[in-house]
Order: sequence, then C-alpha cells, then structure tokens
Amino acid sequence: MPVHLYAGRNIIISSGQDRQSFENLHHAMFVFQAEKIVKQFNGNLALNQVSLDVPEQSIYGLLGPNGAGKTTLIRIINRITAPDSGRLFLNGHELSASDIYTIGYLPEERGLYKKMKVGEQAVYLARLKGLSKQESLSRIKHWFEVFEIRGWWNKKIEELSKGMQQKIQFIVTILHEPKLLIFDEPFSGFDPINTAILKKEVLALRDKGATVLFSTHDMGSVEQLCDHITLIDKGRTILQGEINDIRSAYKSDTYEVRFTGDINLVRPALKADFELVEQSTTGGTGTAKIRIMHHSNGNELLALLINKIHILSFNELIPGMNDIFIRAVKDNT
Amino acid sequence: MSKISLIIQREYITRVRKRTFIIMSVLGPVIFAAMMIVPAWLSQVKEQDVKKIAVVDSSKLFRNVIPETELLKFDYMENTSLETLKKTYAQSGYYGILYISQVVTYDPNSVILYSDKQPNLATKMHISNALENYIKSLKLSTYDIKDLDMILKSIKTTINIRTIKLSEGGKEKESSTGIAMAVGYAGGLLIYMFIFIFGAQVMRGVIEEKTNRIVEVVISSVRPFQLMMGKITGIALVGLTQFLIWTVSTFLLVSIARAVLFPNLNLNPTEKVLTQDVMTSGQTVAPAPEVPAEPSADMQQLMTAMQALKNIDFVVMIGSFLFFFLGGYLLYASLFAAVGAAVDNETDTQQFMLPITVPLILAIFVMIGAINSPGSSVSFWFSLIPFTSSVVMMARIPFGVPVWEVLLSMAILVLTFLGTTWMAAKIYRTGILMYGKKVSYRELAKWIRYKG
Repeated sequence: MPVHLYAGRNIIISSGQDRQSFENLHHAMFVFQAEKIVKQFNGNLALNQVSLDVPEQSIYGLLGPNGAGKTTLIRIINRITAPDSGRLFLNGHELSASDIYTIGYLPEERGLYKKMKVGEQAVYLARLKGLSKQESLSRIKHWFEVFEIRGWWNKKIEELSKGMQQKIQFIVTILHEPKLLIFDEPFSGFDPINTAILKKEVLALRDKGATVLFSTHDMGSVEQLCDHITLIDKGRTILQGEINDIRSAYKSDTYEVRFTGDINLVRPALKADFELVEQSTTGGTGTAKIRIMHHSNGNELLALLINKIHILSFNELIPGMNDIFIRAVKDNT
Repeated sequence: MSKISLIIQREYITRVRKRTFIIMSVLGPVIFAAMMIVPAWLSQVKEQDVKKIAVVDSSKLFRNVIPETELLKFDYMENTSLETLKKTYAQSGYYGILYISQVVTYDPNSVILYSDKQPNLATKMHISNALENYIKSLKLSTYDIKDLDMILKSIKTTINIRTIKLSEGGKEKESSTGIAMAVGYAGGLLIYMFIFIFGAQVMRGVIEEKTNRIVEVVISSVRPFQLMMGKITGIALVGLTQFLIWTVSTFLLVSIARAVLFPNLNLNPTEKVLTQDVMTSGQTVAPAPEVPAEPSADMQQLMTAMQALKNIDFVVMIGSFLFFFLGGYLLYASLFAAVGAAVDNETDTQQFMLPITVPLILAIFVMIGAINSPGSSVSFWFSLIPFTSSVVMMARIPFGVPVWEVLLSMAILVLTFLGTTWMAAKIYRTGILMYGKKVSYRELAKWIRYKG
C-alpha cells in the first residue's frame, strides 16, 4: 500500500487567494521543486507526474529500481532533456537556463577528457565554473588531500581506474561550492573506504549549507544520509517523504527480545494481545520477535516478559530502507 | 578570463602539444623545402669522378673534335682495335669505349658507346652534339661558301621568351605561368587539406565530448554555442600555427639550403635583363659585358624560377590565403561540428559527411581546371560559390584576379559562414545531448526550427 506523506504534514487548501499565497509560501520553503513532470520516450511513459520538494540544506534521496526513471528526472532537472510537461523551480522561481550554472551535477556516466591530465582538467573545469586560477588551484589541492590523491596530478584520466576517475569527477562537481548538488549514483564503483570518505564529505557539505539530491540503489547510504526520499517505480512516485516518517509508517509494532531462559514459559501469557512471530536459539541465547496486537504496547509486553525470562535486550524493530524498498516496489505491481 | 577563451585555450594547447602536431610541424617544412630544393640541387650536383672514354674512330674524321670537360676526357686510339679494347676493358680503367664507324656521316646509328655502367643523358648529349656539329660544319664546308663562318655567326639567334603581365595601371610585371600554376595549385590544395584535416578534428572533438558525456558537465558551465565556437576557434588557431610554422621554417630551410648548396647563385644577370626596356628586345642584344660565363641551361631555369617567385606578391598571397583558409574553414568546421553532434560515434558520420565532402572534392576538380584557364566562366562562378570559393579563388589569385571579384567572393563567404554557423549551432545544441537515436535529415531540419 503506497504511503503519501507531505513532509509529514497534511495541508488542505480551499479558496483561490489562499491557494496563491500558499504557493508562494510553498515555493519559498524549498530550494528545489519539480512539479508534475511528464516525459515520454517512444510512447513509453518514463516519468508520470513526478513531483519533488527538496527542502533547504537537506539530503534528498531519489530511489527506484533500474529503469525507474531516476536518471531521466535528473537529466530533466539539469536541462539536458526537456520534459513533455511539468515545471521546475529553484528557490521559488521557475528554473531558467542560467540557473544550471549554480548547480553542481555529477552525471552517472562520467564526463572527463580521457587524454587530459588530472590536475589540468580539474583546473580547467573549475575555471569554467568561474573560479580564478589561484582559487581553483588551492581548492583542488585541498580536495586532493582529502581524497588522498595528491600523486595523480600529472596522470592522464585514461590511466585511472573507474573509481579513481569518479573521485576526480566528484571533486570537480563540488569545487565551486554550489548551493544545490545533484549526484547520479555517486557511490557506484567505490570501495567501502572511499564510500565512507564520500559519505562523510556529503554530510559535511550539507552542514556547510548545501542541499544534496542524489539517486542511488544503495539503501545503506540512504539510511545514513537522507533526510527525505522519493521512491519512483515505472515512472511513478510510489513513496515520498521524510525518512523517519516513512520508516515509522512501515513499522509493524514488532519487538525483538534477546534473552536466556525458556520462551515456552512465556507463550501462555501472550494470549490475544501479543503474537510470537519467530524465535531461535543460538548458544544458550534466544531471540524472539513478538508483534503487539491492538490495545497494547511495548511496556506491557516488557512487564509480561520480565518475570518469565532473563532479558538481555529489548528493542522495537524498525524496518530498514532495504525492506521498505522491496515491499513498496512489490506492492506497486 | 571569459569562458570561451578558456575553451579556446584548452582546445589549442592540448592539440599543439600532441605528438602528431609536432611531427607534422617538423616534417612539413622538410618535405616542402625538399620539393623546392632537391630538383635544383640534383641538376647542379657535379659528379666527382673523371670519366675517361677511349675513342675508336674508324672514320678517322674526329681527332680531338669532342671538347673535353673537367669530368669528361677522351683518349683517341690510333692503333688499338675495338676488339682488344673490349678485352682489356676491365683492366683499362676507361669509363667507356666510343666506337665511331666509317659510315658515320650518313648512318645515324653508327656510333656506339660501350660501358659497364649506364652513361647519363648529359654525356650522350655532349658527344652527339659535338659529333653532329662537326659533321654539319664538314658538310657545309664542302659547299665552299665564302665567309661561311661569318654567315653562320650572324644567323645564329637565341630566343628566350619572357612573359610580362600587363596590369591595369600599365605596370609591367614579369610573370611565369609555371610558377603561378605551382603557387596556385599549392595554395588551393593547402586550403583543401586544411579544411579537411582541421574540420575533421572539430568533428572528432565534438564526438569525443558527446560520447564521454563531457558536455553534460560542461554545459552546466557554458552555453553550447560557446563550447562549439570555442572548439572551432581553438582548432583554427592550431591550423594557423601549423601554417605559420610551415611557412617560416620552409623559408628558413630553403634559404639555408640555397646558401649551402648554391653559394655562387647570383640573380644579378636576370635582374639586369629585367631592367632593360622591353622595346629593345626586338633587336639583337649583345650580352652584357659583366656577365661571366654563360650559365648552364639548368641554372638559368632555376634563376628564372626564383625570379618569378620573387615577383609573386607574397603579402597578397599570404593575406588572401589566411582569409580564404579561415573563411572556408569556418564555413565547413561548423558543419563538421553539427555532424559530430548529430551522431553517436564516428562510424555513423558517413551519411552526413557526403554533403560536406562533395563540394570540397568538386572544388579540387574545378581548381585544376582553373589553374589551366583562370579566367574561364567556370572558374569565375566556382570562385564565388562559397562552398568552393576558398579553394578555387586561391588557385586563381597568383594569376591575378580583379579586386572586385575577390572582394565579392570574400563577402559571400563571410555571409555564408555566418549562416552555416547559425544553422550548425542549432543542430549542435540539440544533438549534443541526444543519445541512442538514429538521426535523419528530417530530424535535423526539425532541430534547426526549434525556437530559443
């Protein structure tokens, strides 16, 4: 069952004038917005009325299975492809051609001159973004330190591995410190160490005031980074909102208990209020998942258990983004 | 610094640093200089070995008749037969054996030169001329004409045709059709080559940026038009640099080679002749007393050529070359860029290349015709049509073209390249971001009509 959450709030608009003033307010609240974007490719609906509202200084995840339309949406935002209908807003005004100069865009397929040297290329792209030569050099040197690639300055791009090229691409994307950053699959091709560095830097960028919109398949990074997400499948939005709200909405009032003792002593006491979903024992330690039925809560469950078994830990099971992703996409078929 | 100049800089520097550019810059002038110098040098090279030729003269007519030169000596054999000479040839050290049979005065095939080497044409000519002249004078003397020598001397005339171009101001200029042809041909061909080489570079550059998705990154910094014009301008500068390197180093190489290989080459005699009044050429002109020994025919040719080269106005030539190169290049480069933007890889370019290559190849054919008849109406019209004008006009200019024709041709060229650039920019803007779509001409027309 798809869940639609509007940044955690429900707002009902009635009169026309209210609507107008609401729209102004509404646009002002967000750095970037996409409104009912539609795009067709040879009769296939790649995007069907997709809308995004990206709040300022947030990290916004754009999720979806392969071929869902994520990259198409990102290319529309960067004005590489034109939408068939729909509107885009940046800081409340409709996105114009010159606005894309203020966006830092990391394309999925990396775009670098293969025969050019790493340092020269970075300086060139930075200067195209309007930085002075001095400024470019000092910023690039800083980032090359962060990513530990000082020794690459005179290497040609074609001599680098895919992951190495991606580091360069990432650096040149963020070098001019744009307010809005759009990354298409930023973590693909990175090893865990570099993924960790990258995540750290993305968070740091957000803390410095940037807003980040990125597409990904990596649900771990979504949980770690994102404040908001939109999940699209087959061109349609199937899940949207603040990540905590979504995860709460998907939780099933199930608690996980780790314990020592005999769980069978508990069974009769569960009655109709609780249901033992599953249990297992490894090396004397048992784990049980217990769902709370209506009219009860975690405290009552804990009170019930505490006399029968020795509790090691007790916590509510909140579904991971991985499960939510799979469930949401399955439900959509 | 503005963004377009950054793009120009990148395009220029990455190309000029390439190995192929450096090799071309070194090799080009060497080849050009060699083409200019080697033929002259070869005709000039003196063979160092003295050739001794044994003469067996069974007609007994020619003792000491063939004049000896520094390198060609003759031994007249009185008592040795041809057979013995042939047998001892290997040990004798003679270059060859010249056998003159008794029937030499009426049988043209009666003189044989035996040698184990291939005697060169000059040697053969030297001998046959000497024998012919001697036989001629012998035969003449049998008529017993009084003062024969005087008569012969007085009837001997040398004709040396010089061509002098009359231009409108009544100015006269010595011209050489051969040289004008060569310069016209070289100029036209060079423009053709430059348009193709550098136009294709533009196309390949555009395809590279498109397939590597570099455009997607770069157009968030610059407008597509800036990217296209930056590339076209940068590569034009590469072409001009190449041309400059070629011209300057060819000139230097030729000058050095001239100084080293022909230290005695002195243009004065020809210049003297030039200053003489054209009217006097009807009369018999006594050779100027200062002129030393008559230069050899080859040398004379070389000097005339150099003189004619001097008379070509290089400022006009290089100026118009630069203009027509740039004009023609800009016209075609924008089309090449449009083709590069419309396709996904180089193999797909073929269908769009045809309309570009056909006029260029046509231009080469017309140019060859124009060199033979620079004033013909075909040459005239094709030097106005902008798609062929840069090549054809360049070939005509050394022959002299009315100023209004050149200016008209230039104006049409400029207007057309503005038009093609505008059109190409439209195709480029849409095509550069379009993938995985087979593009047709109809599709291109649609792109041109897009607004904005």
